[in-house]
Amino acid sequence: MQELVFSIADVTAVVPEIIVGVSACLLLMVDLFVKEERKEIVGWLAILAIIFAGVGTVCLASVEARTVMAGMYVVDLYSALFKMTLYIGAIFTILLSLNYMKSEGVEYRGEYYALILFALTGMMCISSGADLLTIYLGIELMALPIYVLVGYIKKSPTSNEAAMKYVILGAFSSGILLYGVSLIYGYTGTTNLAGIAAGITASGTDSPVLTFGVLLLTVGLCFKVAGFPFHMWAPDAYEGAPTSITAFMAVGAKAAAFAGAVRIFMAALEPAFADWQAILIIVAVGSMFYGNITAITQTNIKRMLAYSSIGHAGYALLGLIAGTADGAASIIFYMFVYTFMNLGAFGVIILLRKCTGKGDMIDDYRGLAKNNRLVAVVMLIIMFSLAGIPPTAGFMGKFYIFMALIDQGMITLAVVSIVSTAIAAFFYIRIVLLMYMKEPEGEFDLVKSYSVYYVLAICIMAVIVLGVYPGAFMHLAKAAAIIM
Amino acid sequence: MIPLTWFVALSAILFIIGISGVLLRRNLIVMLMSLELILNSVNINFVAFSYYLEDMTGQLFAIFTITIAACEVAVALGILIALVKNRRTFNADDLDTLKG
Repeated sequence: MQELVFSIADVTAVVPEIIVGVSACLLLMVDLFVKEERKEIVGWLAILAIIFAGVGTVCLASVEARTVMAGMYVVDLYSALFKMTLYIGAIFTILLSLNYMKSEGVEYRGEYYALILFALTGMMCISSGADLLTIYLGIELMALPIYVLVGYIKKSPTSNEAAMKYVILGAFSSGILLYGVSLIYGYTGTTNLAGIAAGITASGTDSPVLTFGVLLLTVGLCFKVAGFPFHMWAPDAYEGAPTSITAFMAVGAKAAAFAGAVRIFMAALEPAFADWQAILIIVAVGSMFYGNITAITQTNIKRMLAYSSIGHAGYALLGLIAGTADGAASIIFYMFVYTFMNLGAFGVIILLRKCTGKGDMIDDYRGLAKNNRLVAVVMLIIMFSLAGIPPTAGFMGKFYIFMALIDQGMITLAVVSIVSTAIAAFFYIRIVLLMYMKEPEGEFDLVKSYSVYYVLAICIMAVIVLGVYPGAFMHLAKAAAIIM
Repeated sequence: MIPLTWFVALSAILFIIGISGVLLRRNLIVMLMSLELILNSVNINFVAFSYYLEDMTGQLFAIFTITIAACEVAVALGILIALVKNRRTFNADDLDTLKG
């Protein structure tokens, strides 16, 4: 372990994290002085804090990549791109929440936004962690507020149940992950990612301690990204949570978990590639097929999107299986695109949701296109993008991942994955069919909320622009993956 | 001096007890206790390795793990109280409204 020297350069490197973390604490205090009816102000302040952090991250990304805090924290283009994805996820979540939490009829307090900011701080720590300790602390700092947010509707038994299941399985997976970390530490004598890679290269990969450590760490990470067969928590947590928080989990928590996983696998466990590649192939293929096939039978749209997110985790894992910089770049791109697609989908769900409890079931979308053309078109584009139909961004995301696989000669795996996208298309297009081909069963009473409209407009634009012109972002992602 | 393998064996046993506790027991409180057992087995590992490698990182890690374990239990018990107020049950098998 390096000697701990603390300098101003270390502090400037973590300014975005400091802004988000400190604002979260300040929001808790500001909240006390804001009247019950005007709690949106707290939400807008949270958005302002994230925008400041975003400016900070952009400024830091333009300087050279560097490791600070005694090798524990790294500031580079890779972390900056993931942080941008996370900022977008958090800002849009807050915009979606402004009206939604009122319509759920919960006691509406500013701590909701503070918790989102705390979780965001954790996600940022994951994407910048250069040491297993930092990444673990980030994972926990992200998970603890999300446990609370999932159970935020205290009076609802489903929300309680989702939170309880999530907290037990989340803590369980952290325990497994940590045991793996402890074994890897015992084997290599360090928790620093670069140090671990050097240690494994020096001592060889054929030790049961290392194999077991890598296995447990991989299982722990697969729990966090909700890959089959470690996905059990996802459908329940997604269905029971408030819809805005489901969006946050599907987008933020998943992107952050991938940020950590890619860095751990590519930077630290690269020499043990053969050990984890085999496990990931099983998880990825299982996730794609299990997620997509089970999604077909769902009647609740949030639960369907949970299974679809398991499938998407499978596709993103393919980028890791390729094991190249191109694979890592395609994961960055996929997560960026996935953020917009999913936030759009959850935005539409929130639009349909009024106090009547409508909007959660797939049947509620029957005949939506008759009187609400615009909303139906938005949902159509998003469903096409999730299914991976060109010219949407979802298609480009999958395209880059499959290209990375084919470059490595893994053609069978690529073909198998493409077959699973065909299965996935079935349940996404079913929603489109319901909206356009069926007669409505009653009047639709959509929520009128400008903040949700903005989110949907931006998501649709991003999905189309990234689908038609993915080059610019992909170029950045490739540069980021190479430096890492 | 006690050999390292003894520590690792102890931690492995605790880890397995913890894992089986979470998977087999149905009482939510017992499940939370088993989770603590898993985290403590990790701590034993870290401290033992740290001692034998003569490197402080492991002990540093253990201190953080203890803190996080405390936070996790605080959050989990908070959620459990909200749950028990609505459901009056400590049994994990009764949590069956969400399925499919």
